[in-house]
Amino acid sequence: MEQPQDILIGTVIGDESVLSIEELARACGAESQWIIELVAIGVLEPEGPETSTWRFHAADLTCARRMARLQRDFDASLDAAAAMLELLEQIEQLRARLKQTGLDMERTT
Amino acid sequence: MEFKDYYKTLGIERTATADEIKSAYRKLARKHHPDVNKEPGAEARFKELGEAYEVLKDTEKRAAYDDLGNRWREGQEFTPPPEWGAGFEFTQGGASATEAADFSDFFSSLFGNFSRHAESTHTRGEDHHAKIFIPLEDAFRGGTQTLTLRAPQVNAQGRPELRERSLNVQIPNGVREGQHIRLAGQGAPGITGTSPGDLYLEIHFHPHKLYQVQGRDLSLLLPIAPWEAALGATAKAPTPSGVVEVKIPPGSRSGRKLRLKGRGIPGEPAGDLYLILEVVLPPADSERAQEIYHTMAQELAFNPRQTLGV
Repeated sequence: MEQPQDILIGTVIGDESVLSIEELARACGAESQWIIELVAIGVLEPEGPETSTWRFHAADLTCARRMARLQRDFDASLDAAAAMLELLEQIEQLRARLKQTGLDMERTT
Repeated sequence: MEFKDYYKTLGIERTATADEIKSAYRKLARKHHPDVNKEPGAEARFKELGEAYEVLKDTEKRAAYDDLGNRWREGQEFTPPPEWGAGFEFTQGGASATEAADFSDFFSSLFGNFSRHAESTHTRGEDHHAKIFIPLEDAFRGGTQTLTLRAPQVNAQGRPELRERSLNVQIPNGVREGQHIRLAGQGAPGITGTSPGDLYLEIHFHPHKLYQVQGRDLSLLLPIAPWEAALGATAKAPTPSGVVEVKIPPGSRSGRKLRLKGRGIPGEPAGDLYLILEVVLPPADSERAQEIYHTMAQELAFNPRQTLGV
């Protein structure tokens, strides 16, 4: 194994919209056209008026990668994957609320 | 390296038809998909399924694998026979190099050499993704994390093999769960002269023994004594940036939330820290303590079940 050398300093992809459509597509191993479709059905919400000036943030990256996995692994249409995404997000929100009230599943099972 | 029984992974007979393989895979994949199933271990199981399906769905690979399967059993020590691959020419298809990188050494030793083709279609190295688990404290003070990643690299024989490498990454303060750190040029190497891809690290916090995290806000269960709740008090409370004193308003009940503005994860704006009050009873474990409880019972006309009408 190689020994760690320098300390790498990266860019934080957070709430500030920093990713361009090309960067987002590449990070998902997809084409820009696919990103445009995700924006059209409202899964991604970039800032900026035109495709070329769109900027995406961390939540978009997470969503897009998830959509890519759901579509690939389940052979799902864009709409079906988007519906799954919606449901998964709802489950996660419910889980977070359970956790907040101390009723998380790990503890009760 | 151990021999893997891909039929066993998918729970099917060696005689299964292509349709049976597909349906077994789809059923299991649905159940163990890491986006759907949050159980620990689901992701590993899903990868095993993907690997098994990658081989068995492809008639060429399945035939080659079956040929080996007559000689090895699950878990047996395995080295590819010297003549391996001589009689087979795998057509490229299915998993990309990045996906195949997640597959086992067993898989790479058998089918590793076919994934090279996938990369040549890209003009630059692929972006890689990894999750990084950091202590919550790093979001407050910043820190350095060393992470070990496994990435495929083409060896002298022209087969990709998994190689471990370590990276030291600076964690800037103010990072939150779900954000990513992008390390330029740390992804897959580009093919002859093109630039390498980037590495994206998705931030996750280790579970903290005191604080729950919601976005930039934190919450903490703060135990208080009945008299502090009833009469009000000043109580000490831990926060990630040090101990603070908080005012408990008189008449507080369990579940009441006190917000400490700006005591959550730093940033513009900083998050808040919510203290969730929890009234705890002193044990009646001495004569004196019992006496006090008796006095309360006699002297306070208190019916906690009044609202129930009894």
